[in-house]
Amino acid sequence: MSHRSDGILEPRQLLPLVPPAERKALGPFVIIECVESIPCNPCVEACPKGAIRIEGDMNGTPSVDFDICDGCGLCVSACPGLAIFVLDMSLDAGAATVSLPYEYLPLPTVGDTVVTLSREGEVLGEGTVERVLSAKALDRTPIVTLSVPADHAMDVRHFTAKDSTA
Amino acid sequence: MRIREHPILDFQKGPLVEFEHDGRKLEGHEGESIAAALHAAGVRVLRHSIRLNRPRGFFCAIGRCSSCLMTVDGVPNVMTCVTALKAGMRVETQTGKGTIPDVRFTEAPSDPDYPRDLGSVPLAIVGAGPAGLSAAVAAGRLGVECVVLDENPVPGGQLIKQTHMFFGSKEHHARVRGIDIGEILLKEIEDLPVSVMTGTTVLGLYPGKVLALLRNGRLHRLTADSVILATGASENMLAFPNGDLPGIYGAGAVQTLMNVDGVAPGKRVLMVGAGNIGLIVSYQLLQAGVEVAAVVEGLPEIGGYHVHAAKVRRAGVPVMTSHTLLHAVGTDRVEGAIISEIDGDWRPIEGTEIKLEVDTICLAVGLTPNCELASQLGCDEAYVAELGGRVAIHDTDLETTVPGVYVAGDASGIEEASTAMLEGRLAGLSAAAKLLTRPDADELTRLRIEVEEGLRALRAGPFGEHPRAGKQKMVELARSCGGDQ
Ligand code: SF4
Ligand code: SF4
Repeated sequence: MSHRSDGILEPRQLLPLVPPAERKALGPFVIIECVESIPCNPCVEACPKGAIRIEGDMNGTPSVDFDICDGCGLCVSACPGLAIFVLDMSLDAGAATVSLPYEYLPLPTVGDTVVTLSREGEVLGEGTVERVLSAKALDRTPIVTLSVPADHAMDVRHFTAKDSTA
Repeated sequence: MRIREHPILDFQKGPLVEFEHDGRKLEGHEGESIAAALHAAGVRVLRHSIRLNRPRGFFCAIGRCSSCLMTVDGVPNVMTCVTALKAGMRVETQTGKGTIPDVRFTEAPSDPDYPRDLGSVPLAIVGAGPAGLSAAVAAGRLGVECVVLDENPVPGGQLIKQTHMFFGSKEHHARVRGIDIGEILLKEIEDLPVSVMTGTTVLGLYPGKVLALLRNGRLHRLTADSVILATGASENMLAFPNGDLPGIYGAGAVQTLMNVDGVAPGKRVLMVGAGNIGLIVSYQLLQAGVEVAAVVEGLPEIGGYHVHAAKVRRAGVPVMTSHTLLHAVGTDRVEGAIISEIDGDWRPIEGTEIKLEVDTICLAVGLTPNCELASQLGCDEAYVAELGGRVAIHDTDLETTVPGVYVAGDASGIEEASTAMLEGRLAGLSAAAKLLTRPDADELTRLRIEVEEGLRALRAGPFGEHPRAGKQKMVELARSCGGDQ
């Protein structure tokens, strides 16, 4: 299976999208799950630090300079593909955070426990809502930050309210 | 069935009014389509087919498929999907072809508000969608007076239902939602010599660039020096047993119903087609709180962008490639769908059938360019599969074989809305170049290069393969027709 037949990126496709372990330990970073040549580049414009680059015309795929990216998350809601996430794997005690774009209602509130979902929409476990950003500048693409077990950070890409799967 | 809360949209509804449906009192919002009001009240069967008496609901929701014809206030064959609801309307299921009321046609009294001849205009643009509005902006900025004609009650074409952010780059309104791009374009024409006539159907285009318009039930004539046909496209249908059951809609109809009228098409939907439209509409259904049982795609690969597929996959929707819809289940409305895996020759593989419990089937199986007006006028046409069907042959100025008549957007070949906007600009520039007595050649060249570079970039990647090939064929066809010298 490839992402062209089932819509899911393979581990070998994800590997080049994340920084090396030393960088992960330093603080939050962005992961851009956009691997196809599509005519699009607002992510490049959205990063105030110039950490995102697309070679050639806008049909190239974005690459991130992890020495520049500080995981601020400004690019997340600029991406029409909703393909940008911010991970923080520098936290202690086996925890990590995943920030993701969330264009659904109702928006969760800080402190809520939610059911975390994988790229396939499968239940991974639970997460706690750490932060909800829905400023006007985000133009109706709120960003929700979840605290999850560190070994789920690379897999959690969505969530649902706890009672909705009961 | 009404969508109460939406993460992107804020539905501006008219006041709640009473109307009558087959003698029963119902409520709906004034100004929404009759079909939407009925749907919200749980009525899906709008008519019966003439010969076999099979139940019919609407399919296209843009006034093209005639599946929604009803008798309204005594007038038969009213397209309820594009007719606005008014208080006290009498909506009836009609039998057979309906009976034309016994009225006498008399000479209309002369009415200064309804001059039959609307005179002449330098540039008439048919269609106020992304291509048509962009054409008006481009031509209007150069000082060309234009009139944009559209049969819908509001301008914007398909943009008014696009809740998602657009791709492209900043110059193409990337990361702006389609609904907002429509607003931006309308704002841009505000200060330009452009007028927009909505609720106006262009019934015909005759030699001498005479347009026959239908507006408020009256016929008008408008003559133009140049015409841009930005008439968009129609939804393709798929043939399968029970394919006419109420509850089977085109993707555009689902978008109209949920994103314009704020009415959920159903509770659980099967999406057929994993191109960008099928994937985007699936995502929009989820946002509107509607379940999507699966997206099936006959081809072994997803046609749309991975990023669109990923949005629905992580929400738990399976995208089943090499799968097809065998038939719909139900007697007077969709109660389920049987899907199955298919082999490389498109044959269903026995034993792989699955029954999905759905009340709605949404078809996103492609679009066909609307080229009736160009046909009627006698523009040379060609069938180009990569462009989605028959299109008027056009040169690199987007001019057809009838001088001064241009095509742009989906009407010139099916593509994304971002390319439609650029094509609209190109057609506007081409028309202006010929219409202006003293055009600023340098400025025109600069603007044109900007648009051409944009088009090239938008079509450059692997997803632009079809339009690239189609447009290349078009260049050759136009040459053989003697255009593009
Ligand atoms: S997270 Fe911030 S710094 Fe990193 S790429 Fe995005 S916008 Fe730039
Ligand atoms: S904005 Fe999103 S979809 Fe567009 S190129 Fe950047 S990451 Fe990909």
